[in-house]
Amino acid sequence: MSRIFAIATKEIRQLRRDRLTFGMIVGIPVMQMLLFGYAINFDVRGLSAGVVDEARTSMSRALVADMQASGVVKVTEHAASIGELRRSLRSGDVSIGVYIPADFERRRLIGDRPLAQLLVDGSEPTIENIARAFVAMPLPQRDGVYGNSARQVFEVRTEYNPEKRTAVQVVPALIGVILTMTMTMFTAVAIVRERERGNLELLITTPASSLELMLGKLVPYVFIGLIQTTLVLLLGVLLFHVPINGNLFAFYFAALLFIAATLTLGLIASTVAETQMQAFQMSVFVLLPSILLSGFIFPFDGMPQVARWIAQLLPLTHFVELVRGIVLRGAGLAELQVPIYKLLAFTAVALTVVTLRFHKRLD
Amino acid sequence: MSTQAASGPAISAHNLTRRFGKLVAVDHVSLDIPRATIYGFLGPNGSGKSTTIRMLCGLLRPSEGECTVLGHPVPREAEALRMKIGYMTQRFSLWEDLTVQENLDFIGRIFGLDGKLRTTRIDERLRQYHLEDRREQRAGTMSGGQKQRLALAAATLHEPELLLLDEPTSAVDPQSRRDFWESLFELVDRGTTILVSTHYMDEAERCHGLAILDRGRLAAEGSPRQLMDSIGAVVIEIEADDVRAARRALDGQEYVKSVAQLGNRLHALLDPQRQDPEENIRALLAKQSVQGKVERVRASLEDVFVAATGFNADDESSSKQAVA
Repeated sequence: MSRIFAIATKEIRQLRRDRLTFGMIVGIPVMQMLLFGYAINFDVRGLSAGVVDEARTSMSRALVADMQASGVVKVTEHAASIGELRRSLRSGDVSIGVYIPADFERRRLIGDRPLAQLLVDGSEPTIENIARAFVAMPLPQRDGVYGNSARQVFEVRTEYNPEKRTAVQVVPALIGVILTMTMTMFTAVAIVRERERGNLELLITTPASSLELMLGKLVPYVFIGLIQTTLVLLLGVLLFHVPINGNLFAFYFAALLFIAATLTLGLIASTVAETQMQAFQMSVFVLLPSILLSGFIFPFDGMPQVARWIAQLLPLTHFVELVRGIVLRGAGLAELQVPIYKLLAFTAVALTVVTLRFHKRLD
Repeated sequence: MSTQAASGPAISAHNLTRRFGKLVAVDHVSLDIPRATIYGFLGPNGSGKSTTIRMLCGLLRPSEGECTVLGHPVPREAEALRMKIGYMTQRFSLWEDLTVQENLDFIGRIFGLDGKLRTTRIDERLRQYHLEDRREQRAGTMSGGQKQRLALAAATLHEPELLLLDEPTSAVDPQSRRDFWESLFELVDRGTTILVSTHYMDEAERCHGLAILDRGRLAAEGSPRQLMDSIGAVVIEIEADDVRAARRALDGQEYVKSVAQLGNRLHALLDPQRQDPEENIRALLAKQSVQGKVERVRASLEDVFVAATGFNADDESSSKQAVA
């Protein structure tokens, strides 16, 4: 324990003297925040949809069939009530909900109100745009069924992000992107640097065990990760008025799980890379698919199967799911067990790989 | 330091071998290093000095052979050795962005020295190695000699029984080197065993025991005196006005194994089987009408080194013959 403390103290001292790295700890989150928050706006296919059909007429079934035929949505769930539909939306099982009320046929003939409702998960970007496309969708044309086709079919209701702001969707997940970038890179570089400079050769001839060496190096970065998390969240609230609908404790719990996962990822990188440059390149190698495949920018549902499998291997995917659930949809940890277990599993597997690969030897 | 009665050699290695792919870095080296002595590894770069030291402290696994260090078979019990050995790497391996005090404090904590003991030990080492006024200086801004004293202070902070020093003086000026060796003798007086690798002849000559390594093989072993007395060659010194002409005169003679120039003198190593070596050399010089004084002299350690490493380090075939 005292050795872990000694190593952590040494690490913090060195970090404080390394102005560039120290600057990056604050600089990276602020820059990314401004970039993504202000500059990014977001088309999609295969969104999972839940349907509540209270009308149960041939016309209502034709409407759902047409929506599916467009390829944009895929009905994965038929719910019994709007309440059940909302629950699926909240747990993230579906990202769009179609509600066809019992008076659907009456509305269709009278035409004073939209025929049905689309419930959209506003915490995910771009789904909003899809909903807008469905609003413009014409009423299905079927033989023997008539109606005023010029009329609006859907009324859109955006849940969790009623003002439909991109920043709201981006900021919570951005925490994950920033942590992936800094945690993986800093730990990998911190260890490889010691190898490059010859410090490691000395360290491994001391009585400090591999575990003590690793933990001592990681502890300071856990704190740095939490500082960055807080910084991004604060900026998000102050600059972009991101609502925090969920529990802060749950949020920090999710952040800690994710920090642990990315730190072990950095450790793996450090056992492979031989130079600081290689360590840096490897962290970029992880970062890019993380940004593109995790659901941070492009909805996860719109991806080909292979991309989804890859995404499952990236801790960011699970964190994005967690953090959007907690911050935007106000979901509790109990509703988000699947991503929590996936993150834990990732960390456990990664730690095993690291302990198998790291020896107190040079060969 | 000298708490336990020394029993058996500090280090004992048998047929220690290490291969990196096809390269044999250390080739069946066997040696015994007695306790409380300074033992030197002498050899050029790439002769296997560092690799051997790394195997002895458990950093590299031997491809073949075994070694026992302070009674512990290595690498199996390498962890048990950590508190008993001090290792000084070839490169400065403390932290350049930490101060002298911070570096020593960190090493002290890692070796589990408690608060008060740590403070007194650090003060003691700073005084011993003349670093008291450098306490708050970052290690990276110090000179080669100062860094090396700091490294020695760190390596001896936990009072190890065995010190492994890998070319400790390669980046150090001659005065600092002398001071450094003084401190090594002080440590030996207190019972520490020291294994040091070097490529300086004068340093090698200071060791109690010496192993000459050549391309991974143990070319010769013994005390410097024994080695000089038992050199497998006759050393002839030639003092001539025209040294270059004298050197040409010796060219092409099969029994002249090696010629080295030292100022206006030549050191020739001759085949010990040769009868009347001085007369032979005089005749060779006379034939080329070179004036000079020819005298048989005692071998220097450098002569021993040249003879042991095969007379000509860059001629592979002749060297193999000579060592065999």
